[in-house]
Amino acid sequence: MARVPVQFTLNGEEKAEFVESGVTLLKALRDKIGDMSVKGGCQQGTCGSCSVIIDGELRLSCLTLAESCNGAAIETTGGLAEPGALHPLQHAFADGFATQCGFCTPGMIMAAKALLDRNPSPSREDVVEAISGNICRCTGYEPIIQAILDASRANSLSVA
Amino acid sequence: MELRKQYFSDERKDDLKEIGQPRPRSDSLGHVTGTTAFFADRTFPGLLHLKMVRSPHHHARIRGIDLSEAEKHPGVARILTAKDVPHNVYTILTLIQVGPEDETVLATDKVRWKGEAIVAILADSERAAHEAAAKVKVDYEVLDPVLSIDDALKPDAPIVNEYHGQNFYRYDSGACRKVRFGDVEAGFAGADHILEQTYSSAPIEHAPTETTGCIVVPEGSGRFTCYTNTQAMFFTLDNTSIILQMDGAKLHMVGGTVGGGFGGKVDVIVEPIAILGAKLTGRPVSFIYSRHEEMQISSPRAAEKLVIKDGVMNDGRIVARYVKAYIDAGAYSRHSPYGAQKSAAHFPGPYTIPNVSVDSYCVYTNRTPSSAMRGFGVTIGDFALEVQMDKLARLIAMDPLEFRFVNAYRDGDIKAHRQPTEGAALIECMQEASRAANWPVADQYLKMSSAKREA
Repeated sequence: MARVPVQFTLNGEEKAEFVESGVTLLKALRDKIGDMSVKGGCQQGTCGSCSVIIDGELRLSCLTLAESCNGAAIETTGGLAEPGALHPLQHAFADGFATQCGFCTPGMIMAAKALLDRNPSPSREDVVEAISGNICRCTGYEPIIQAILDASRANSLSVA
Repeated sequence: MELRKQYFSDERKDDLKEIGQPRPRSDSLGHVTGTTAFFADRTFPGLLHLKMVRSPHHHARIRGIDLSEAEKHPGVARILTAKDVPHNVYTILTLIQVGPEDETVLATDKVRWKGEAIVAILADSERAAHEAAAKVKVDYEVLDPVLSIDDALKPDAPIVNEYHGQNFYRYDSGACRKVRFGDVEAGFAGADHILEQTYSSAPIEHAPTETTGCIVVPEGSGRFTCYTNTQAMFFTLDNTSIILQMDGAKLHMVGGTVGGGFGGKVDVIVEPIAILGAKLTGRPVSFIYSRHEEMQISSPRAAEKLVIKDGVMNDGRIVARYVKAYIDAGAYSRHSPYGAQKSAAHFPGPYTIPNVSVDSYCVYTNRTPSSAMRGFGVTIGDFALEVQMDKLARLIAMDPLEFRFVNAYRDGDIKAHRQPTEGAALIECMQEASRAANWPVADQYLKMSSAKREA
């Protein structure tokens, strides 16, 4: 199988890999680069577990070809915490019992981050819409929605 | 959180240190940073990918299997068929005396449900495994399928599973699990009203976000390390040891965080064949269900059919309850004989009824084998019972919540299966529900207690 070079930044770090043509970003991140924070739940774009942020936009890494990410800036939950300090979203998810099995959590946090990056003070409806592509089968949606709202308030407090 | 301390206050000390206080989950830091390790969060050099060839038919005889094209496909390391499996016919609960063994790891002469595994392909990449699987040619003689409980129990129905000889599981007590308490016919004879209703449910898929799977690594010590998301580590160890005729000491099962289970990861399906693949190739093997397999192949909750007949008095007392329960096991037993038994033990629900009769059947059909899911054998029964309770209340023009107070079980009541009731809290829960839902009931019900009956 032909391999193609791909180069991008992952959570601010330069990455360069040779990947099989046609391989998804999900597989490249997990199998080549070893970022296991990105989860594959359906491999068909329906569950949101593999959500990442590419150049500021929320994307499904299972439907994104790795070779299409040349030059991109990719963010994952694995790179969200600063050394010794959780991101406000991570704090809010942990404090608010917004995790159960934990499998959907990294994707949920990416969806939430994409929302807060463009809308720091979302309404409840904005939050519901933002995570509408992410399935939590432990059905913990209410604590997740609340955690995202809590994180947005924590964010605005820290700015003020 | 509000603690209602008036309930059972004479039964406990109120020096609570933990209850009522939030405690952080021990796993939440891993979850929010994406560092929690699920079974698939590891890579191994030389990893093989296992892909099953599955039956496209509900019921068919296998005339022949042609592997010649698949074997030649680039990237294929090994193809497994039934003859490679040391103990190919098994049943999960054999160690708790559920038998006979009735399910093949890989099908031999027959397939009994659409999706049944026949041939396992081991290849260097998922793609090669998929492509090779498509090149396996299976010659089928399609048979009439049995696709419902009613059809399975017709006298001339095709036999689904020859290991049983009839389309239901035979218990030591006969064709069904039975509960007999009091005299149900006498109860009906003395009742003011009789209500008989039939309730049916469809199979339900758990649909966890993380699909079922395992990764197996052959170790230099001759052992096999199996990273799995099973919910049933010891069923997996026992059954793998039986199926592979391998000493359990050679099997190192590593479980851990399960990405949603809900009972759907209790069967022993992926591990034995993946370990066999690792043994025969000497290479690590990954067998992970696709989303399609998770939805179509993994066991759902059983379909059920429940016939409930009650005798009720005008004052609200239920004096007799007869239940005929049918649990659709699909093609193989898995956990369903146990589920049907649980179902029998659960009736007549959380109510004290003097005359009870229950017949609970585990039925075989050419459908996806069903298995555990959140209170299996009980949950659908509770749905049916509570709908029946509402109908009974309407029949005698009584408030449905007050009707449940009249019949609620209390400490010391003997249940239909002869166990005395201990630690009942139904009345207290209903009192709280009455307040929370703003559904008032008469004072006499608010004064009731699970601990004692009124004088």
